[in-house]
Amino acid sequence: MDLGLDEQQEMLRNFARDFLEKECPEQLVREMEEDEKGYSPELWRKMAEQGWMGLIIPEEYGGAGMRITDLVVLLEEFGRFLVPGPFIPTVVLGAYPIMLAGTAQQREQLLPRIASGELIMTMALTEPSAKWDADGVELEARKEGNEYVLNGTKLFVQDAHVTDFMVVVARTGRGATPEEGISLFLVDSRSPGIKFELLRTIASDKQCEVTFENVRVPAGNLLGEEGKGWPIVHKTKLLAAVAACAYLVGLSQQDFDITLNYAKERVQFGRPIGSFQAIQHKLADAVIDVDGARFITYKAAWSLQENEPDAELMVSMAKAWCSEASRRVVAHGQQIHGGIGFTKDYKIQLYFRRQKWMELMWGDADYHRELVAEKLQI
Amino acid sequence: MDFRLSPEDEAWRQEVRSWLRQNLPPDWEDRIPEEQGWEFARDFARKLAQKGWVVPHWPKEYGGLGLDLWKQLIYREEMAYHRAPLGYVAMGTDWAGPTIIVYGTEEQKREHLPRIARAEVMWCQGFSEPNAGSDLANLQTRAVRDGDEYVVNGQKIWTSGAHRADWMILLARTDPEAPKHKGISYFLLDMKSPGITIRPLIDMMGNHAFNQVFFENVRVPAKNLLGEENRGWYMATTTLNFERSSIGGVAASLALLEELVRFVQDAPPELAYLCRQPRVRNRLADMAVEVQVGRMLSYNVVSIQAQGRVPTYEASIAKLYNTELGLRLARTGISILGLYGQLKPRSKWVRLRGRFERQYLWMTGMVVGGGTSEIQRNLIAIRGLGLPRG
Repeated sequence: MDLGLDEQQEMLRNFARDFLEKECPEQLVREMEEDEKGYSPELWRKMAEQGWMGLIIPEEYGGAGMRITDLVVLLEEFGRFLVPGPFIPTVVLGAYPIMLAGTAQQREQLLPRIASGELIMTMALTEPSAKWDADGVELEARKEGNEYVLNGTKLFVQDAHVTDFMVVVARTGRGATPEEGISLFLVDSRSPGIKFELLRTIASDKQCEVTFENVRVPAGNLLGEEGKGWPIVHKTKLLAAVAACAYLVGLSQQDFDITLNYAKERVQFGRPIGSFQAIQHKLADAVIDVDGARFITYKAAWSLQENEPDAELMVSMAKAWCSEASRRVVAHGQQIHGGIGFTKDYKIQLYFRRQKWMELMWGDADYHRELVAEKLQI
Repeated sequence: MDFRLSPEDEAWRQEVRSWLRQNLPPDWEDRIPEEQGWEFARDFARKLAQKGWVVPHWPKEYGGLGLDLWKQLIYREEMAYHRAPLGYVAMGTDWAGPTIIVYGTEEQKREHLPRIARAEVMWCQGFSEPNAGSDLANLQTRAVRDGDEYVVNGQKIWTSGAHRADWMILLARTDPEAPKHKGISYFLLDMKSPGITIRPLIDMMGNHAFNQVFFENVRVPAKNLLGEENRGWYMATTTLNFERSSIGGVAASLALLEELVRFVQDAPPELAYLCRQPRVRNRLADMAVEVQVGRMLSYNVVSIQAQGRVPTYEASIAKLYNTELGLRLARTGISILGLYGQLKPRSKWVRLRGRFERQYLWMTGMVVGGGTSEIQRNLIAIRGLGLPRG
């Protein structure tokens, strides 16, 4: 057993940290908040050159063939630098379900282009009901000849407006349970009848309302079997939750590091505020939250990667913990910074706002505690 | 990143577990009258000793099994999970013994280590004093050299098991002129020495575990000084090369949580209403998450040690988090049980053997003993994060 990083992961982390420090400065993060696309094509291309989009894509499809724990190491750094753009949507919500369920042809057509950075993807799952579960999927896909016709609205779809393809979760039928009758489609984002509207969010990230009006999708773009798409979504959600945790770990660590430095430098009453126990104890509690978040996330990622029997339980435990622990960390960060933390110019607010976003994504603490209770048969 | 135990580690876990199942009835606390608990613990430790399992973490040359850190962790986890009564030997196996191994003379090692390893002696710890609690270095008990002996005068408090102990590890001031950390020496004291008076200090659980110990011209042979004179503080606070994960606390919490979950799943009719409250699910799930995080924080300490590094703030984190978790779990259990939560063991209407009433009182002590939560936060902030002293 070893809770730390192996040599290769250590290298990946160090490289990513150096790279992002240079290529993703605070200035870029701020610009992308105002930018319509929300990402820098130049940075995207450079990240692709590092092979990051293909990190977990098998080598036969142009990827690096690395594993979930490796992705977590990278995403921790993404959280640290608040890397804007559709990386998680492309890799986790786009490539991963294709890896899980794509036909040989779909894999060959899409995975190498994702790995090379050519394609941007996302998954369109949630709707105005804002549910993560199958009973929230109402968007209708009706078969007509050799095509499906999609009608309905997706909401909170990450980065949809800049994608080439979306994995659209749609209802093709109804069965005894909400999970039955769900189908996945690889939809060309430029298809006629699709409209994108950006939402204004706390993190100034780019989530969209996506409306589908008689959008025609070739039957060959069905991902997995008709009516049996939910297990693919389910598995994707597990990885997405782990990705959110990893992002929160990096975000919390960085918020904490900034705050710690501030506490050492800021002088009041003739001494650094970090010499006051009121501040020290907040920071001690915060470091427990960060460490706890990191190791429960590693445990969840490893369990998922190794197909451990308790993997789903671990993922829910991790997201339940990280959602709340990261909130406590950034709240302490704001409080210790005092007035300056509340200003737009100072960097800590960038972390504070994004924490709330990732806290909500893929289920907040209450949602995952309920899943933990179910799994423990309470 | 690898969370799998090696096959040998798994086998070790199974071995410890199956031995415990055969040798420690799960309901021993109900069967053994409270006043006989001490004898039961002593006999249990001697049974362990027959397998070399009292000090499995010690090097083989001193009667241990030379277990690596992960196997030590597993041993502690299983012992605590099964509520094994190891308090009887702990001060010898985890404090006196390891310190003697590192600092003792050959003669001290020969005299003490085999007897600790065979669970033949009980040790107590004479560190705390009325004015030396969190500020331990402020201790005032004096030891004055007189020929081949030291003469000890002063008072200790919170001395667990002093009334049963054969030996004490004693910190006493040998140089009152030196700065307070630099004038303390570490002694091995025979508790049969004349001049020792022991007064019970009953805790709020009603147990006699603590004592006050008074020394009046107690003569300690100079050969019972451990290490160098005036170096006692550093010996007492040195990180000894044994597992420091606080895994026991979180393992005990896991066992308790599992009992609570089983109870709620199969609630007796009169408690069904309380146990079916929607908040109960949320609280138990919350506890399950927190216990898992606590386990990871403890495992992290060992993971660091196993890589040959010395944990700094990580051990403080594990102690702080896992004791406070134990207290939260106690509150959760009591709140789920409602009015039944206040009943003590052996009450007519008691549920869950009164474990949560005990846990609530016990953990209130545990967040103080061994370095209060506040002291742990100070250590994390100053030693771990490099914040300036106040």
